[in-house]
Amino acid sequence: MRKLAKYTETYLVVIIALLAILITSKNPSFLTLENMFDLLKSYSFFGIMAVGVLLVLISGGIDISFAAVATVSEYLVAVFMMHVGGNIFTAFAVAALVGTILGFFNGILVNRFRIPSIIATIATMNLYYGLLIFATGGKWIYDLPDWFSSFAEIQLFTIHSANDVSYGLSIITAIWFLVMLAGVLILRFTMLGRSVYAIGGDRRSALRVGLNVRFTEEFVYSFMGFLAGIAGVVQALLVQTVAPNSIVGKELNIIAAVVLGGASLTGGKGSVLGAFLGLVLLAIVKNGMTLMAIPPVWYEFFVGCVILVSVGITSYRSKVERQRTASIQVKA
Amino acid sequence: MMTDFLLMENISKQYAGVKALDGVDFSIVPGEIHCLAGTNGSGKSTLIKIISGVERHDAGGTITIDGSSMHDYSTIDSICHGIEVIYQDLSLFPNLTVAENISMSAMVSSKRKFLALGEYVKIATDAMKLIGIALPLDATVGRLSVSEQQLVAICRALTGELRLLIMDEPTTALTKKEVDRLLSVVKDLRGRGISTLFVSHKLQELMQVADRVTVLRDGRTIGCYPAIELDSRKIEFMMTGTNFEYSQRAPAAPASEPLLEVSSLSKKDNFKDISFSLYPGEIVGITGMLGSGRTELALSLFGMNYPDSGYAQVLGERLDLKSTRKCVQNGVAYVPEDRLTQGLVMPQSVGKNAMVTVIERLLTRFGFIDHRRESSLIDELVGRLKIKVPSVGSAVATLSGGNQQKVVLAKWIATKPKLLILDGPTVGIDIAAKGAIHEFIKELAAEGLGVLMISDEVSEVANLCHRVLVMSRGRITAEFHMEGSSEADIADSIDQTA
Repeated sequence: MRKLAKYTETYLVVIIALLAILITSKNPSFLTLENMFDLLKSYSFFGIMAVGVLLVLISGGIDISFAAVATVSEYLVAVFMMHVGGNIFTAFAVAALVGTILGFFNGILVNRFRIPSIIATIATMNLYYGLLIFATGGKWIYDLPDWFSSFAEIQLFTIHSANDVSYGLSIITAIWFLVMLAGVLILRFTMLGRSVYAIGGDRRSALRVGLNVRFTEEFVYSFMGFLAGIAGVVQALLVQTVAPNSIVGKELNIIAAVVLGGASLTGGKGSVLGAFLGLVLLAIVKNGMTLMAIPPVWYEFFVGCVILVSVGITSYRSKVERQRTASIQVKA
Repeated sequence: MMTDFLLMENISKQYAGVKALDGVDFSIVPGEIHCLAGTNGSGKSTLIKIISGVERHDAGGTITIDGSSMHDYSTIDSICHGIEVIYQDLSLFPNLTVAENISMSAMVSSKRKFLALGEYVKIATDAMKLIGIALPLDATVGRLSVSEQQLVAICRALTGELRLLIMDEPTTALTKKEVDRLLSVVKDLRGRGISTLFVSHKLQELMQVADRVTVLRDGRTIGCYPAIELDSRKIEFMMTGTNFEYSQRAPAAPASEPLLEVSSLSKKDNFKDISFSLYPGEIVGITGMLGSGRTELALSLFGMNYPDSGYAQVLGERLDLKSTRKCVQNGVAYVPEDRLTQGLVMPQSVGKNAMVTVIERLLTRFGFIDHRRESSLIDELVGRLKIKVPSVGSAVATLSGGNQQKVVLAKWIATKPKLLILDGPTVGIDIAAKGAIHEFIKELAAEGLGVLMISDEVSEVANLCHRVLVMSRGRITAEFHMEGSSEADIADSIDQTA
């Protein structure tokens, strides 16, 4: 029990449970499988990118450009599908490739030119997004191929409820969970993951023990780009239109969700589970407000409160812990 | 004749116009214990950085390992040849666990891609067994004490195919018992053909085990000698070109009103019933084992560790021990033990660091900084403390330990304090700088300043202070007027209470 109290994840689970009880008591349709499956589907897009953000934060950096990367990948894939065709696998492959290249470019700026990551990625965000708007003139794409639309409807299993409505676990959610699994595997079971934590903990020490800091940093940003590309396709699957301006602006909420989950902006700390729970918390605040009929104009306000309170509590706890001097057994 | 494991010839290194190393020759034979001695700025640290591949030497020199000469010698090369360095700052990962930290080097050199929990736990356990310690494997290293962290760093170096272990100031944070254990580990390594290179100021304890000693001065090799031919006095002489002796104690200050009065100050789990007074011009030492509550007391007097009860007053005026700012206004200055993390802003210039405490006093009527007064004040301080810097604009991070300590002192002298609290003022700095700092402390006391000095080194407090307080487990257990007591009296008192 005392061990559990050390983890941010524990607090998040408690807060989420309390919120769930509150919302359900106001509107019982919150805690239904249908609503849960729905939430898990619509937050896949954020969730996939959150894993990438997590790795970047653990490594001690930050990426602001990933929403722009996702948009560019999404748009290029849509154009590719309309002109070349292909199938769902080529769609994901093309998007992932585009995302990885754009992410790798971020990695080069951060590692080789030693530009602070926040500045480098604010610059590339404007660069990527600006080029996209220039090239497309801001035009929306509506006529996505049929095979693309039907992929979005696939459910891994389906449940028929009494009143003849069917719902189930979407393949899109499955993609998100696979990405989270990959995140866990990398961070927990590979030397690469260990290096990411090490660099975030103390970059100079990492260089001194001979870790490949260059490769690790470039990997982290490339992986962020890779996931942004995947997320771009997922976004297109979810909304079935492609707009050059639909995603940009969401990046700060995703970063906030990951920080909520215990990742530190100074690096070295964070977990996939925490990032997931952080995102779940933000998701149910929004969903719960809808279900409790609170006007959506309040959404940003409440999200701000949730972030402030949760991050405030964890930061304060670690501050108190740091301040405690080693205790001395004073002679009686 | 045994062939050298490591042979370095004609190594030079220039930083921004300053020659850190100038044609240095250096060698290590397998299984020897070698000491590298030298004062601040003699180039010891630079030489280590070159051996470990962190820095490249300038063209013209050669590095040979196991008979083959090295090109483009990098960190990875040094690790692959079994060279491990324990830096003074330990280079650990504060966010990772003990097991993860210890196993890190082994994982890197085995070029592993995947991790198995059992494997790195085993690596860590084995390494800890080697030096007979057992730290909790899943404890986060950042939460450990400095001496525990050092043990972790030593364990990490002991994993893998170790050929040469380099330790930069390994003994500064260790107790006598821990040092003895370290030395027995090192002797054990020698038996297995592993070489050790010590870089240290605390020469005495290392001389018992060393085989050879190389002395550097001003970036040049003075020579390399068998340790039996030397004693610490001879080494000191070669390092500095002079002999170090504690100079005469400053004359006692004339009796007057007490400057500082501390009355039954207590804080739970820190210290209890601390009462003493300190007079203008007096140097009072506080000594005792690590963890006796010395540092906690000093922090309390500076408003950084609010006590539960009791009070302290300076010249009859109560100190507000809740506020560091108010303590400073009342004329208290505090020079911390850990100058790297508590005393200095490392990337900023010497001048900025020295002026940070007095910047408000340098403002013109319109609230701008008076740069002419600022730079004349900086020049005065740099000159008075004999700080060796290329320019006052250089970053503090580029200075040697002794000069960094002088910058911390300068910063507080600039506030013209009445009471100066020094915590371990000469920890980790060399003999020449130590002498200079002692002289400076005496000079300040002669001007009427009260000095409260905390130190591990009994000989230091015995020779420098007028009065010495011994602390043990949070209480003052003895008081010595140094006019009538000796170093041995203090040492006895510490041993009795410990």
